Amino acid sequence: MNARIFRARHAMGPTVRGLALVAKDGFSARYDLDRIKGIFSRPSHKLAGQSYVGKVLVLDTAKGGVATAWMLHEMKSRGIVPLALVLNSVNPILAQGAALGDVAMLAGFDEDITAAVSHGAEVEVVPQQSLLRVI
Amino acid sequence: MGQGRAGRRREDRLTAMKLNDEEQDILAGKAGPVPQQALQHQIKVGAFFGAADFVPVTQAHIMADTESLGEAGVQWLEALAAASEGQRRVRIPTITDPRGTDFAKADLLGHTQAMLELERRAVAAFEKLGVAMTNTCINYQTIQAPTRNEHTAFGDTGVVIYANSVCGARSNFEGGPSALAAGLTGRTPRYGFHLPEARRGTLRIQVDHTPTTLNDWGALGGVIGKIAGNYWAVPAIEGIEGAPKSDQLKHFGAAMASFGSIALYHLVGLTPEAGRLSDVASADLPVHRVSRADVEALQQSYRTADQVDVVVFSAPQLSLYELGDLASLCDNRRFSVPLLAVTSPQVKPDSDRMGYTARIEAAGGSVLSGMCFYQSYAREISEARGWKRLATNSAKLVNILGGYGYRPMLASMEACVEAAVSGRLVRT
Repeated sequence: MNARIFRARHAMGPTVRGLALVAKDGFSARYDLDRIKGIFSRPSHKLAGQSYVGKVLVLDTAKGGVATAWMLHEMKSRGIVPLALVLNSVNPILAQGAALGDVAMLAGFDEDITAAVSHGAEVEVVPQQSLLRVI
Repeated sequence: MGQGRAGRRREDRLTAMKLNDEEQDILAGKAGPVPQQALQHQIKVGAFFGAADFVPVTQAHIMADTESLGEAGVQWLEALAAASEGQRRVRIPTITDPRGTDFAKADLLGHTQAMLELERRAVAAFEKLGVAMTNTCINYQTIQAPTRNEHTAFGDTGVVIYANSVCGARSNFEGGPSALAAGLTGRTPRYGFHLPEARRGTLRIQVDHTPTTLNDWGALGGVIGKIAGNYWAVPAIEGIEGAPKSDQLKHFGAAMASFGSIALYHLVGLTPEAGRLSDVASADLPVHRVSRADVEALQQSYRTADQVDVVVFSAPQLSLYELGDLASLCDNRRFSVPLLAVTSPQVKPDSDRMGYTARIEAAGGSVLSGMCFYQSYAREISEARGWKRLATNSAKLVNILGGYGYRPMLASMEACVEAAVSGRLVRT
């Protein structure tokens, strides 16, 4: 098996494996999601209309707003939650939300992670080793 | 065994921060399970960002509307509140951001009994934790503005950027769980904007005009936020003339934080840390020029309809001065579509006393308090009331509401009031 590995400077949460949903765009649970339907709902988002449920989101950065700190926990309670968040950079809100919701998160790579990972690729997120493995 | 190794590695991460004796005791549970859980959460976040230790904070401000909390979040709060008296109360003044409703106007918003009951449960839990239900996102205007170098744990991005930039205080974006944790432990991980080196400018912005209206200030903040683009960017802004008012910088910062996740800016020659450019930034930083046309282009990008279903003044909550201006525009007018003006519980009684509320409501408007439109089940309001095309003078609000299914439009307070009268937003 040939796997490509990317190392992150920041990591937390459990090891998970799933399909990557990739876009050079930001992320905010309040701004971008229909959390009832489990889709990106902001019309201008590059993933508009796509389901985020059970996916590894590979995105650029965090957007404004503090609600994500609660919303990841709330989404997880209903099973309508991303499997993991992988971003070039995060703000404290995403980290705080991932900590409360126990959602896997990686951030801070030496390259643009949204360009390095293909949309739909199968990936493994291993926070304990601060790495993303593209399978 | 594998799980055991993983567990030990996780513990290594948890203990990477330097803890003093008091923090060791809290982590060991000697202050009870609630502060212990709070500190564990803070250590996770601090370790993620490489914080070396904790910094004491003087105030905490919690964003916790029930749309964000959901049933799960309220149950989480209730579990904390169930701890025994003496082991569950916050240690420092801890206040709240807007709630998920205004109970007095819930029918107008189409809020259901289930929403209201969830709200009541959240409030009861917060009160057991010793949190003061101020329900405001303009606490720097209404409760107590922080002072320069004061370390705080503020939620609501608009509050943080105002406190950091205008007041010279020190806060990161503290989401609800982390702000509550800070209240319970009296400290927060020392990373980000608690560190002097993170407060240096990372890019220069040169503007060619100084806005006058609140929507123009908000739009300028939005343009700069989009350029800066991420939380760790600190714009050093040159070209603003005169002395901006608190309400102007309120809209400016709230929009910058919303569009760009920005937590700190410097206005060279105006804000406390930036007497001169060299105080906060190197002259060789990249320079971005922002023109009046850029600001107008952002506003025009939201002018997607002529008809208006509702007019909303909110995000941030209105000051007494804004309500006074609005009341003057409402005199002798009659609205054909709903107009909502949202303020804080501290300002509302003054608005009532000054007669502003009566003048706005005589025209057919409604003055609400203790909530903010986008934090109050905006999607459900739209579905219940059929409101899609929304006019506002808040750049922050138009940035947020697209994801909730609205077609938000940005215009001046004057144009919005005219739209409430005619049902049409006149293009300028």
